[in-house]
Amino acid sequence: MILDIITSGLINGSVYALLAIGFSLIYGAARIVNLAHTAFYMVASYCIYFATHKMGVHPVAAMLVAIILVTMIGLVCYQLFINPIREHEAAVLIATIAMAMAMQEIMLIIFTGDYLSVPSLVKGYLKIIGVKIAYQQLLTFGVALLILAGVWSLLKKTRVGLAIRSTAQDREVANLMGMNESRVAMITMGVSVGLAAFAGAVVVPLTVVNPHMWMHPLIFMLAIVVLGGLGSLKGSFAGAYILGFTEASVVFLIPLGAFLKGSVALSVMILVLLIRPEGLFGVAFEEER
Amino acid sequence: MRIPKFLLSILLIACLVMAVGLPAYAAKTIKIGVIGPMKFVQGKGHWNGATMAAEEINAKGGLWVGKKKMKIELVKLDSNEFLSMTDATNAMELAITRHKVDFLVGGFRTEAVLAMQDIAMDYKKIFIGCGAAHPQLCTRVAKDYKRYKYFFRGTPFNSMYLVKTCFIHMATVGGIMKKVLGIPKVKVAIVAEKAVWVDPMIAAAKGFIPKIGMEVVGVWRPSAVATDVTAELSAIQRSGAHMIFTTFSSSVGITFARQAGELKIPAVQVGINVEAQKDGFWEATEGMANYVMTMNTYARGVETNELTPRFVNAYIKRFGEVPTYTADTYQVIIYNLAPVIEEAGTLDADKLVAIIENREYVGPGGKVKYMKDAEGRHLHDLTWGPGYLTSLGVQWQDGKLKGVWPNRWKAAKGVPEITYKGVVPYKIAPWVIEKYKK
Repeated sequence: MILDIITSGLINGSVYALLAIGFSLIYGAARIVNLAHTAFYMVASYCIYFATHKMGVHPVAAMLVAIILVTMIGLVCYQLFINPIREHEAAVLIATIAMAMAMQEIMLIIFTGDYLSVPSLVKGYLKIIGVKIAYQQLLTFGVALLILAGVWSLLKKTRVGLAIRSTAQDREVANLMGMNESRVAMITMGVSVGLAAFAGAVVVPLTVVNPHMWMHPLIFMLAIVVLGGLGSLKGSFAGAYILGFTEASVVFLIPLGAFLKGSVALSVMILVLLIRPEGLFGVAFEEER
Repeated sequence: MRIPKFLLSILLIACLVMAVGLPAYAAKTIKIGVIGPMKFVQGKGHWNGATMAAEEINAKGGLWVGKKKMKIELVKLDSNEFLSMTDATNAMELAITRHKVDFLVGGFRTEAVLAMQDIAMDYKKIFIGCGAAHPQLCTRVAKDYKRYKYFFRGTPFNSMYLVKTCFIHMATVGGIMKKVLGIPKVKVAIVAEKAVWVDPMIAAAKGFIPKIGMEVVGVWRPSAVATDVTAELSAIQRSGAHMIFTTFSSSVGITFARQAGELKIPAVQVGINVEAQKDGFWEATEGMANYVMTMNTYARGVETNELTPRFVNAYIKRFGEVPTYTADTYQVIIYNLAPVIEEAGTLDADKLVAIIENREYVGPGGKVKYMKDAEGRHLHDLTWGPGYLTSLGVQWQDGKLKGVWPNRWKAAKGVPEITYKGVVPYKIAPWVIEKYKK
């Protein structure tokens, strides 16, 4: 059973981490709470479905096209709806949730509420000490880790990454040092939406595509970033795996309460916040002030 | 510019004539509100079935209501009940107060239908439910007949009979497994989505499964919209289950079947999987749903009676897919409402209720008779059993949804066997055979 929990937790946690890190990144760098983040993940899933099923494109090519397309849509949305109101956090919050709802309705009109799916890239499964793991799940896990490593490299090893980190630390000082803060925010938005699209691409063969598929991950992603500490990438990474393992544990330990896995995971978040209000790796509010 | 007085008077009279005359004009049609989640397959079924019925009636010039012939006018109402209960109740209010419908058919989620039922009853409108299965919808009729007598169940039969049919399917498949694989005692895992309609079924299943010589090894309750059930599947496999009794009405049915197929979980799936009743299920599971069995109302090539092929073939021709049970709005309008209206010669709800509750009729899904409870009170619930509605057992076999039950079904000792025309033998998945064949 422990092995079951470990494998399920690792796979779920990796997907959550992909989403949460993208969300954390844009919040950390530009203080934008993008509630449409998982809606981009949903749009990417639909793009892949459309390309594979309606246009006959190979799934890998469809995934690449979807990531690029959704990143561009994200940038357009940023320029049109977020950038003009960036300084008003509450307005951004409302604008992004409105964007998400609009994307949901558009998908609902185009594809209806039918449940759709995309073929696995690799079929079959691997048996490790009695636990069956689909190859697609392993692939998802591996790709998620690779992408996370890529994001880490981008942030730590490149000039763009340095600019993002500097802006995240202090926007005004970064601006004074000659960094175009607005441009950095836009690049970060691109990376962030790209990560959401990547998450959609790696998860889509494992899930059911529907217009409401963004809601559950959104709640989880918010829980993860709050648990890990708002804006902390390290925290989001840790939070994602904590909630992933909690979910898996609930299913195995309380089968009758499997539907409670989300609630239990969110309760863990509340528990952590009661002990450490700034989250696991967050900056204490007093210190931040 | 001043408007002359006589012109003003003419305008006022014209307005008055229109105000009085338009409703009179509108009253020339019988308005049926088709309420359901219209952006989803269930709602599409409601609408498609009703559309076919209305077109068929209108092609004959309409229905005789007394000495007047009236055409059917459908009003499409999106209840959006999967996402918002408020949308569902608003749609019902809108149907009655703005569209002034005469009758209502549809509804899917029990939680929403219970709320919509109350609104329809407030306005004394006949509402024939075509989707929700919870017994409470009809026990309300028995308990407070005066208020709830305008509600009738159109499809499916209530969840207690759904589970009864599932038990028969389980016993049938269990018997085949015992015979073919030599399993002395079949172990059953109950997997049910978290929804109200499922609750009475789980309680019944836990009590009944041991009575048919099987053993319950556990109950799992994933969310109705779970997108990953691999943890549940691993746990089920560890429990040693030979059979999985599924009760799904939502997207989790796709996730479960797909992941179980992908991981070749060595247990047969029997029960209710609403998504598996649809033609699109094979594609939605990427072909991983082979050998999944579910209860269903219609299947290609299977005849419950002589009316079935006519309806099923016409539906396939018109909409390109086999009707799901929510498309029984067709049966409800054509074989229930229409003849009753003509018989009564009126649209008066009270007069129609008195006829509907005492009437028996045959439709493409089977023979319909409304039940009474043990105390002889009207339930307006559907009678289940041989000669009445039984539904079908269908199984996905190599990309095709085949009817597999009733196949030489003996409902009781001494009664003749029942086999519907077009059913084929049930098949055990090869990976299950490989795992258990001695």
